[in-house]
Amino acid sequence: MATLSLQNVVKRFGDSVVIHGVSFEVTDGEFVVFVGPSGCGKSTLLRLICGLDSVSDGAVCIDGEVMNEVPAARRGLALVFQSYALYPHMTVYSNMAFGLENLGMPRAQIEARVAEAARMLRLDPYLARKPTALSGGQRQRVAIGRAIVREPKIFLFDEPLSNLDAELRVGMRAELAQLHRRLRTTMIYVTHDQVEAMTMADKIVVLRAGRVEQVGTPLDLYNHPAGQFVAGFIGSPRMNFLTGRVANAGPDGAMIEVPKVGRIPTLAAAQPGQEVTIGIRPEHVMQDNRVGQTVTGTVINVEQLGGLSYVHLADPAMTIQLNGQTRLAFGDRAEVYLPVEAIHVFDADGMALPRVSVAPQARVELPQPGEAAHG
Amino acid sequence: MIARILTARRGRFGWDWTDWATYLYLVLGVVLMFGPVLWLFLSSVKTQAGLDMFPPTFLPWEQKQARVPDHSGTLPLFRVTAGDHAGQSLAQIRRIGLQSQLVSPDDPTKIVRVPISDLQPEMQLRASWSNYSDLLGKFNFGLYFFNSAFITVVATVLTLLVNSMAAFALSKYRFTGREPVFLVMLATLMIPPTIVLVPNYLIASTLGLTNSLWGVIFPAVATPTGVFMLRQYMLTLPDDLLEAARMDNASEWRIYWRIVLPLSAPALAVLAIFSVVWRWNDFLWPMVVLSRSNVFTLPIALFSFQGDLQTQWPYLLAMTVCTLLPVTLIFIFLQRYVTQGIASAGVK
Repeated sequence: MATLSLQNVVKRFGDSVVIHGVSFEVTDGEFVVFVGPSGCGKSTLLRLICGLDSVSDGAVCIDGEVMNEVPAARRGLALVFQSYALYPHMTVYSNMAFGLENLGMPRAQIEARVAEAARMLRLDPYLARKPTALSGGQRQRVAIGRAIVREPKIFLFDEPLSNLDAELRVGMRAELAQLHRRLRTTMIYVTHDQVEAMTMADKIVVLRAGRVEQVGTPLDLYNHPAGQFVAGFIGSPRMNFLTGRVANAGPDGAMIEVPKVGRIPTLAAAQPGQEVTIGIRPEHVMQDNRVGQTVTGTVINVEQLGGLSYVHLADPAMTIQLNGQTRLAFGDRAEVYLPVEAIHVFDADGMALPRVSVAPQARVELPQPGEAAHG
Repeated sequence: MIARILTARRGRFGWDWTDWATYLYLVLGVVLMFGPVLWLFLSSVKTQAGLDMFPPTFLPWEQKQARVPDHSGTLPLFRVTAGDHAGQSLAQIRRIGLQSQLVSPDDPTKIVRVPISDLQPEMQLRASWSNYSDLLGKFNFGLYFFNSAFITVVATVLTLLVNSMAAFALSKYRFTGREPVFLVMLATLMIPPTIVLVPNYLIASTLGLTNSLWGVIFPAVATPTGVFMLRQYMLTLPDDLLEAARMDNASEWRIYWRIVLPLSAPALAVLAIFSVVWRWNDFLWPMVVLSRSNVFTLPIALFSFQGDLQTQWPYLLAMTVCTLLPVTLIFIFLQRYVTQGIASAGVK
């Protein structure tokens, strides 16, 4: 049970800066997910928190205390490695007991703790086995068990599910979430899979090239992405982007002129002539023909999933998600409607433009996203 | 199972030409490898007379001896091939020129003369185990064996310890000068031991290590080969394991003892075998450092058997067999680790 706070943390390896001044807070009991494409520094950040690497600048604080100089073992954290890092020459029991033995804990107490963790993770029958005799999911649970027995202040997970097959991953995801509900311990979880992030997190930290792009709840990030990167990264399939220029802007929003597509009304507060990118999620695009607000494209591919369908268009390149099944086929012209409420507008630097305040009657009801089973 | 291995062949029906080639090659290999060892062993159970025999024999043939009343000691038995006594087996008393004086063991009073061209020595197969049993009494074999064993065991344990520590540091810690240190260590492989013999001796003698078993042990403890071998193996151990152990509150010493050493077992076994063979067979350095016979190792004792004028070949050969045995046994028991070590290094 602990809080964590990163204050302007910088990590340099030689001349290259890997983490550029990252700051955020994690409150007690929170499940925080670091998400970002590979190479964005999320694993490095985790190693800085647990003390396996030292920070070059800034401070890592746990429970308000600066931990920069405290060695990894004394920070009271437990790390579950991507490779599990189970000691291959020790039995499951010894793997879990090793850390406690190092603390000089009495044997009886070690046995009690390991038994408790084994029961919780359903590892009882395997305590005498070596890790090589276990399946991937079982190894994963041993790695988690090794973290649990130490009763850490914060659990750190470094892409723990990436070595499991898809089906097992969904199961372990639920198990981890359940574990978090039961232990109520602060957990920090690193992944490159935005579905894992969306489904498990209380709070998501989106990282890109060593910088924090946005911190927020999963729905915050989904509904109000701070920038084009977060908008594209969160959500599956990816958000559609169209580039254009602001034709005119007023208190009711801006009209964006998209070359070869036409004018698209938005609610962005923008300057006329500004280069912008508009974004809209596939699930918010509607197949409709309301006059003046439609976009027409050529169907280049249709994915029928039964409950919902993905239609890929060219000119403009777009993916739309339709509820139920569709009659659209390759080569058809599809007229789609982009609800003004669902359109995000980003400036040339990829930052989201603020919205104009809209009178309630002008609001358009957003279509409900389908029950998507992605990932 | 063994029969199946020994009769394995490629051709499903009958013999393929590759089978012939393979078996020929393998048999040649066996003869080449085992021939000398087998000959050594068979020779070590021959008597001096058996060894002096010309043409040399492979098996320990020996002339039959007979005890005859009125004659001291034993007399060699001959079979007469021609003349009046043809077919009889007689004991030779003495030889005078081309004539031999013989006596029948059953009738000691009657002496017969037979030309030596009509005589054929009566041979029998007999292993002279006394070569071995005499060793224990005559040559202080026990002491030499102990000296050799002590040096081998202690030096091997220390070698494993010191080399694995060095390898751990060189493979798992980042420090300035790590690469230069490693390169300098490897570079020493290029220096033949004979070149550093004199400086080493001067150091040993300054430290008062001459004529002490420790004088043989200490210089042998740090071997560049061992460090290199272990380092290469330890590089394959994932860093995650050490970091997990670090998160588990393990001190660096504990990581070394509980994680790195057990996981390096295959490489350690290989090095142990090497070290045992090196130390057991080591000759030049012990020869230089040890000059008193009470600290002799087996190879030096063997060498001292070869006198200037006369060499007691039966004992020398018996002792050579005794010297070979321990190394062979160790290899048999640890060879599993050798193949395992090589295999796992190859797979990863």
